[in-house]
Amino acid sequence: MAIKDYIRERFFPHIWCPGCGHGTVMNSLLRALDSLGMSKNEIVMVSGIGCSSRISGYVDFHTLHTIHGRALAFATGVKLSLPELNLIVPMGDGDALAIGGNHFIHAARRNIDLTAIVMNNRIYGMTGGQYSPLSGYGTLATTAPYTNIDQSFDTVKLATAAGATFVARSTTYHVQQLTKILKQAILHEGFSVVEVLTQCPTYFGRKNREGNAVDMMESYNKNTTPIGSKAKKENPDLIERGIFIQKEMPEYCSEYDKIIEKAMAKYSNS
Amino acid sequence: MKKENIKFIQGNEACVEGALYAGLDFFAGYPITPSTEIAELLSHRLPQKGGKFIQMEDEIASMGAIIGASLTGSKVMTATSGPGFSLMQEALGYAIMAEIPCVIVNVQRGGPSTGIPTHVSQGDVNQARWGTHGDHAIVTITASNHQDVFETTVHAFNISETYRTPVILLYDEVVGHMRERLVIPNKGELPLVERLRTSVKEGVDYHPYLPREDGRLPMSDFGSVHRYNVTGLFHDMWGFPSDNPKIVHGLLRHLVDKIQNNVNQIARYKEFYLKDAEIILISYGSSARSANHVVFSRRPRGEKLGHLELQTLWPFPYDLVREKCAKATYVVVVEMNMGQIMEEVRKAVDQPEKVFLANRIDGVFITPTDIRNILRLIQGKGV
Repeated sequence: MAIKDYIRERFFPHIWCPGCGHGTVMNSLLRALDSLGMSKNEIVMVSGIGCSSRISGYVDFHTLHTIHGRALAFATGVKLSLPELNLIVPMGDGDALAIGGNHFIHAARRNIDLTAIVMNNRIYGMTGGQYSPLSGYGTLATTAPYTNIDQSFDTVKLATAAGATFVARSTTYHVQQLTKILKQAILHEGFSVVEVLTQCPTYFGRKNREGNAVDMMESYNKNTTPIGSKAKKENPDLIERGIFIQKEMPEYCSEYDKIIEKAMAKYSNS
Repeated sequence: MKKENIKFIQGNEACVEGALYAGLDFFAGYPITPSTEIAELLSHRLPQKGGKFIQMEDEIASMGAIIGASLTGSKVMTATSGPGFSLMQEALGYAIMAEIPCVIVNVQRGGPSTGIPTHVSQGDVNQARWGTHGDHAIVTITASNHQDVFETTVHAFNISETYRTPVILLYDEVVGHMRERLVIPNKGELPLVERLRTSVKEGVDYHPYLPREDGRLPMSDFGSVHRYNVTGLFHDMWGFPSDNPKIVHGLLRHLVDKIQNNVNQIARYKEFYLKDAEIILISYGSSARSANHVVFSRRPRGEKLGHLELQTLWPFPYDLVREKCAKATYVVVVEMNMGQIMEEVRKAVDQPEKVFLANRIDGVFITPTDIRNILRLIQGKGV
């Protein structure tokens, strides 16, 4: 199918700023889904609040644009109620890891088959550039005019520690890799986390003098490296890209099916 | 009557029986006193019928999960008490805005804050009405005994599916934990409402948020042939966000009118000796038991007391209360809060100065003696 066929053209133009990376993430995601050949009726996209969360309005799936930080909780209800559906949950960094941090670690712990995409632009864009839990020490934001003293989460380490069974990272510069990773994340049975570094030239870029969208994307090329590369050993400050965790563990909905079998067997005997 | 249909159980169990009778498929919740038994029992019972139970990480997540599950076509419920109910308010507003059928049980305890977890209160009446932000309408129903808990629980699901709205079941600690008899009606004895589903065929444009003339919105389940957007933002007939003033105004009116225009269909109440009553007690929930006791024990002595037991608290049945109280000398509202329903009764009646409050706010169940003492004071008899 053409990528255009996955889009609700009626609702364009989109709200994203010129140079925003979120459209690139959406493009990669749609290409990944297209290559999997899934029916659009089997796909549910659940999002929260923020720039990234508007992605759900533009794609032709069953789409649920929820409240700030709680997308994974809503998605858990959809998935457990009807496990044959494929759930994609795009979230911003603030949405996923500040207000939604609790739901993020618990969805990971349960290993419920959802694909969480953390679109990390290191800023609250929709409200105009406040620091997020991924902005990083020393950055500038409208609420950190004297520099940010908050330390960041490492999304990959957090997801891994919380029990996610697929954890990966890529960027809007590395679209081929991103598409491949998203495809694998969707196919993975269990809780998948894909962190995508995506540029916000309007707020993060401008505040922190990182240049325009192209400059920011080029910095993703310069500042990242494949997992375990020689470059990483030589320069530990480089951010690793690729699949960090991919393991099989009992998936929540499959486990619940066993509970139903157990309960039904016991109930029919009594 | 089958013997196994007669139970001696807690009100929380009666609520579970009612929910299962109504066709509950999915429950998400978080432990909290005094509602926990509802979650415990459903974790046991739901998988026996192929339903789903999940204990979420908090009450916010519980509300989110039931809303998500409802969109796949499941009948859904959560249960909580004061602090958890506070946490649910934002997602409750979402269910109102996106018109998602769901049932929220609040077994009330004393507040504010952690309050008095194991003791009774009816302090969440106004929170049920205005807990979530913004203009909206809400349905809140309650009951005073286990047979009625069963029936109002079934009714809650029926209203929720009919009007595509969250319904709050506002029980209290005494009703929740007290044990008494419940006779479970046979299948078919109580009517069950299934949600209206769209008849629009695949490939034909389906407008999920375009109400029919009667204000109802036929739904399409997630996973079926119509793909559409659901949002908490003001939205057009496709469910896509809009700030067009006409659309914003029209949607808010629709959300309020679909409930307010059906006050009489939604209103449930019971009346005892109202016809010639000079003093009318108005009560609801467990406090209605004490009010009833006073009326039934005093009538044989010739005292013209009557009792209007409200089961629907929101939308408040103002016309009903005004009509029923028109001839009364005094109206005494019996409740375990600082007059939350009394204020509504004052708004409803023609002479607000004849409305009095008989209440307790100390975590102790209000007794018939408490009510009689207030009645003596009102009548100038002294205690």
